[in-house]
Amino acid sequence: MSAVAVAPTRPPLQRLTGVELRKSVDTRAGFWLLLLNALVVVAVVVLVLAVGNDEDQTFASMFGDTIGVASILLPIVGLLLVTSEWSQRTALTTFTLVPERGRVVLAKVLAGCGLALAATVICLVSAAIGNLIAGGSWEIELSHIGEGALYELFGMLGALALGLLLMHSALAIVTYFVLPTVVGIVVEVVPGLDDPAKWFEPTRSTTPVSEGTVNGMEWAYFGVTAAIWIGIPLVLGLLRLARHELK
Amino acid sequence: MIEVQDLSKRYGSQLAVNDISFRCEPGTITGFLGPNGAGKSTTLRMICGLTPPTAGTTAVLGTSYRKLPNPGRQVGVLLDASAQHQGRSGREVLRLTADVLGVDNRRVPELLERVGLPKAAAKKRVGNYSLGMRQRLGIAQALMGEPEVLILDEPANGLDPEGIFWMRELLRDFADRAGTVLLSSHLLREVEVIADQLVVIGEGKIVAQGAKAELLAASGTLVRGVDAEALAEGLSAAGLAAAASPDGSLVVEAEPETVGRLAAELGLALIELRPADGGGLEQLFLTLTSREEVAA
Repeated sequence: MSAVAVAPTRPPLQRLTGVELRKSVDTRAGFWLLLLNALVVVAVVVLVLAVGNDEDQTFASMFGDTIGVASILLPIVGLLLVTSEWSQRTALTTFTLVPERGRVVLAKVLAGCGLALAATVICLVSAAIGNLIAGGSWEIELSHIGEGALYELFGMLGALALGLLLMHSALAIVTYFVLPTVVGIVVEVVPGLDDPAKWFEPTRSTTPVSEGTVNGMEWAYFGVTAAIWIGIPLVLGLLRLARHELK
Repeated sequence: MIEVQDLSKRYGSQLAVNDISFRCEPGTITGFLGPNGAGKSTTLRMICGLTPPTAGTTAVLGTSYRKLPNPGRQVGVLLDASAQHQGRSGREVLRLTADVLGVDNRRVPELLERVGLPKAAAKKRVGNYSLGMRQRLGIAQALMGEPEVLILDEPANGLDPEGIFWMRELLRDFADRAGTVLLSSHLLREVEVIADQLVVIGEGKIVAQGAKAELLAASGTLVRGVDAEALAEGLSAAGLAAAASPDGSLVVEAEPETVGRLAAELGLALIELRPADGGGLEQLFLTLTSREEVAA
């Protein structure tokens, strides 16, 4: 109703991503999860400094340790970023303001990536401070850092995709923690699955990535595993969302 | 402007919305009236692109809602005031909305003040809000993008009388500046004071629609004379149909002035002379509501 009518434009993706990042920290659950995550990273460095041997007290080793623990809780922040839209019923407003549902999901994915990369930086900084105190070796492969970031992204996006598919906080969190374990047990128990498991069993195919030692075929195992654990739930979740009635 | 054309929604075997059509013009407030479960919310969700219709189309400002590039800048929507993150403060909820819309976030305190949420309340988590405060927050959210159209589902729910008066003034002012308002309610009295157009829905079908003045228009004149018998005879002699009530009053199919003049000519003293109550709509609405109560 303003005198000068300006044709409105689509909110740019970076703005929507910024909004999603803000949503991940502006609630008590999100704030404490992220803070707890940072504290766990620091605690691991402190632990290594206190009881680790010389071999453990290097920049590369401590970075690997922090990447490992950071990947436990961080994905839940991404998962909740999606499922809270339903558990808190904010989906009604979110998708009224941005009717292109895929764009909202894309913004959440980008926000999740941002959080995963920020966590990697925190791991690097914590490991560096730890190493300053320990006086250990600074030697690290650049690829090790990249693979650490990739490992964080894997967990984050897997959880986010699962949240989108299930649209339910508790169900998604339980599934996120239990399903890989169940798959791990099944491939141990069922004869003949042990070898093909390298293509889809997440613990097995991501371990080289978290340790920064991936080689040729291991990249393929990791890629296929990511396609299964991220790609499939993400695509199914997007399809579900597209036809979902928002109440 | 809002246009709803041949809109239907089926859930399994139940037809929640059954082939409804109506329009809301700029400068008017349309009251979407019906008992709970009549299909009001489903219709509003279909207009906002949240629920896919089974048949028919809806348009807001000449296009389908989901085709609006940044809908919050053109259409303010409040579908459920309780559908907010319980852990965010009112101020934070508005801040997020401002960010999505690309509105200067200085509008946040402005709007908080405009809807009557004081600073202390704005800092509190929405989980601690009363329904009335949530409605105010929802209205602020709807107004954030300075829209031309407002779509509000039961906005008066939980508001105290002062709040209802406030909302009435706000919506009147919005419509007077060429805005279009569509609001739903299950209370006839509530809508009666705010709306100037009415769409009445029952069991998914539109049962009445039009200008409020017409729908509520007096269906005749109520008259009561000292000598009821002589009055009835006089009216009948003048060719005016009249129905007698047990309390001695008559409802005449004519304007009050006609009846008054006739009584004066006949030299009959009157105790009461006024337009009969707009019983039609009220009666219709009562029928719809009681049917619902029987069903419940």
